[in-house]
Amino acid sequence: MSQERMLIARRTFLAGLNLSVGGLALGFFAPEAEAQKPTNEPSGRPGPKPQTSSQAQEDAVPGLNPNVFVHVAPDGVVTIVCHRSEMGQGIRSSLPVLIADELGADMARVKILQADGDKAYGDQNTDGSASVRSIYEDMRRVGATARVMLVAAAAKRWRVKPEDCEARDHAVFRRGGKETLGFGELALEAGKLAVPKPADVKLRPRSELRYVGRPLPLLDGPAYVTGKAAFGADVQLPGMLIAVIARPPVVGGRVAKFDASKALAIPGVKRVIEIPAPTPPYRFQPWGGIAVLAENTWAAMRGRAALDITWEHGENAAYDSEAYQQTLLEAIRAPGTPVRNVGDTEGALAKATRLVEAEYHIPHHSHVPMEPPVALARVEGGTCEVWAPTQNPQAARTEAARVLGLSEEKVQVHVTFLGGGFGRKSKADFVSEACWLAKEAGVPVRVQWTRDDDIRHDYFHSVSAQRLSAGLDASNKVIAWRHRTAFPPIATLFGAPGKPSARDLQQGVLDLALSVPNVRAEVCEAKAYVRIGWLRSVYNIFHAFAVNSFIDELAHARGEDPRDVRLELIGPPRVATLKELGIEQLANYGASVEQHPVDAGRLRGVVERVTELARWKDRKKDGRALGLAAHRSFLSYVGVVVSAVRKPDGRIGIDEAWVVVDAGTVINPDRVRAQMEGSIIFGMGIAMHGAITMKGGVAQQTSFHNYRLVRIGDAPRKIHVEIVQSEGAPGGIGEPGVPPVAPAIANAIFALTGQRIRELPLSRSIQV
Amino acid sequence: MSIRVLINGVEKDLDVDPEMPLLWALRDVLALTGTKYGCGQALCGACTVHLDGQVVRACVTPMRRAEGRSVTTIEGLSPDGSHPLQKAWVDLGVPQCGFCQAGQIMTAAALLAKKPKPTDAEIDQSLSGNLCRCGTYTRIRAAVKKAAGQPEE
Repeated sequence: MSQERMLIARRTFLAGLNLSVGGLALGFFAPEAEAQKPTNEPSGRPGPKPQTSSQAQEDAVPGLNPNVFVHVAPDGVVTIVCHRSEMGQGIRSSLPVLIADELGADMARVKILQADGDKAYGDQNTDGSASVRSIYEDMRRVGATARVMLVAAAAKRWRVKPEDCEARDHAVFRRGGKETLGFGELALEAGKLAVPKPADVKLRPRSELRYVGRPLPLLDGPAYVTGKAAFGADVQLPGMLIAVIARPPVVGGRVAKFDASKALAIPGVKRVIEIPAPTPPYRFQPWGGIAVLAENTWAAMRGRAALDITWEHGENAAYDSEAYQQTLLEAIRAPGTPVRNVGDTEGALAKATRLVEAEYHIPHHSHVPMEPPVALARVEGGTCEVWAPTQNPQAARTEAARVLGLSEEKVQVHVTFLGGGFGRKSKADFVSEACWLAKEAGVPVRVQWTRDDDIRHDYFHSVSAQRLSAGLDASNKVIAWRHRTAFPPIATLFGAPGKPSARDLQQGVLDLALSVPNVRAEVCEAKAYVRIGWLRSVYNIFHAFAVNSFIDELAHARGEDPRDVRLELIGPPRVATLKELGIEQLANYGASVEQHPVDAGRLRGVVERVTELARWKDRKKDGRALGLAAHRSFLSYVGVVVSAVRKPDGRIGIDEAWVVVDAGTVINPDRVRAQMEGSIIFGMGIAMHGAITMKGGVAQQTSFHNYRLVRIGDAPRKIHVEIVQSEGAPGGIGEPGVPPVAPAIANAIFALTGQRIRELPLSRSIQV
Repeated sequence: MSIRVLINGVEKDLDVDPEMPLLWALRDVLALTGTKYGCGQALCGACTVHLDGQVVRACVTPMRRAEGRSVTTIEGLSPDGSHPLQKAWVDLGVPQCGFCQAGQIMTAAALLAKKPKPTDAEIDQSLSGNLCRCGTYTRIRAAVKKAAGQPEE
């Protein structure tokens, strides 16, 4: 690690931590090579070792490690760094709790500090529902190490053994005695001790954890409800200009010619700057276009409207989503490349007594976080400072450095609150635009995306087609299952060909536990004409939709209860081995299959419990139309039941929903509930209204009137959430609630109307 | 030419184009950033403020319409976050990302001022213009009722 980057990091902490106080500080360094790995990649690395600051650092900044995760000040204030982005998942009310709990800190005396983007923190990419599940142990270890040092300091003071002391309630107590020393009183002494070896640091037993598993007040609640929370567009710098950009309507297109005279005549407009078109692969490069820079946002928007631009659309103008739907359907009607194989599926399908087949289609979606992309950059004296609502501050830093031709050490990325992310803000394109313009303009520049920009120039959720085929024998037993899937994968954004990889298919194709003797999955080719990106729960959305809809169809074909057929197809509680699944390896969201196996028992468990909660068995007696779906994703298991009703105005709606989530150990159950509630609404949007359609390579949707979201009047009257009590390894939370929602809705609508809808959004077929 | 507006009880003379939307005057000129930009077309409600006590979408309200009138933003709803809605919002953990919540609260505040005990249907009706992508709607309903002193179902 270079000295310069440490200095940059340190300056940040100086501002946040008030270093004059000194005290005990601990953090960990991840080797750079490890930190660069993308998320969901199995790392197999040992937990980072906590370190205290070196002598050189101590001399410069007494008592503080520049990469600190926890700092105990002599006044007793414990500062914990949150290195993951807060976008509504409540990470700031969850992750620091692990450190605090191991430490024995009182949350009322804990201050949370948001980290800048720096590889020293390890992976900061806040996606893949990874924060808690990937660093649960590491965070606890940081807290536990600090605790051991505070205890050692107290033991030394009292001349007793550390075993005779315990840390709790923000203090160290002497067992069997009356002596107590507050953390603050011990901070300076503890900071001088050597860091204990990992083997000498014992994590607390679960029974000693005071906060984990208990609902905690929302840390940032007061800031949110008073308008004080600073989001991306809320940071202001003296002399800054606001940029609004006219981007080519088709990705890969360019400006043929433009006339800015009318724009420059608008009061407040200061500059008009052309941004060059990107060269494929598009990655996180700016989209290109003409930027209007003005003293205020309104002038910039008016300036953009006054530009006279002639575009060259380029080859992606060939894209028409209606025609493409047919292309995808043709692709799945022919055999693809096998990716999962058990027994002889083709043979079994050929000799089946009965064949059930269905095709499913889900269109592109847009993320539409309530806060459109925005970033502020200041470039001066060969350095750059960025403020942005980014899910991936390290990618933003890399991209800023690339665009500016600077080394990363010269770039500092501050993470603001995110007004929603959903995967959109994992991409750093809006940061690179701001950096490029700030350099060109010579003043700080905030790039503000309008809603129209956000929808039309998104990294869209991939469009997909699925074909499911099942062979039934004479006794109606499913003897063969074949799943064909086609979708342009996200890897196309980075230059890969249009064929999903095994990593993509872990999401609901390869990791589907099935008690069927012959199983085959195939993947078919699909070319990408737009920028494809991650959307909350990603490919699980369409795989879960197809699989769960198809199981419901099978149940209907057999004249049986969908719940019973669901359980029959999952089979008995067991770990589904790779051999059983018919695959050689499973990416498994970066986790080992030993720690996080494909557990048919847990999937059964959420099906059984959610149907019990929803009184599934009584549904016909009660005259309710219920739909069921269940899915494993991001190492968690979620079962959903929804109740479909016909409203007085004739539209079909969802009036009640039940969710059971088995995510292993959860830190903050209230935020887990909130994520499940939100997942129902998010999934309803996907099921009912959402669709991005393309004509001539141009997205046809521009705002909330033609890209509809669920509004409060259509939200269920009640969403019941139950969290399975577990001490197992933590799974993901932010995404796993989403995939089962759309199929549960389609299944409930079938129960209500007898109409099977295989194409989303439902609004294409019925009134919702 | 300047436009005189009462913002959160304080008189302000703003030297802005009379056509500039109130939203941008609040955010870019007065640095009152609690009011959010979400769509610019009165479709999402993130910019909701009160104009003489009535709900308006600041993104489509030109400054000339605000002239000589009283504007209340989230910063002026209560001096210290103690409005019953703000308290209920925190108590029930309503916000997820928080971005739309100022707009939701401002709409709900105008509703409670008119209807101190709103029904579910009235809450849904009044908040139908406020989008939340995180999906906090069921908690929003519960929090409005809590602030109104109504029992939860």
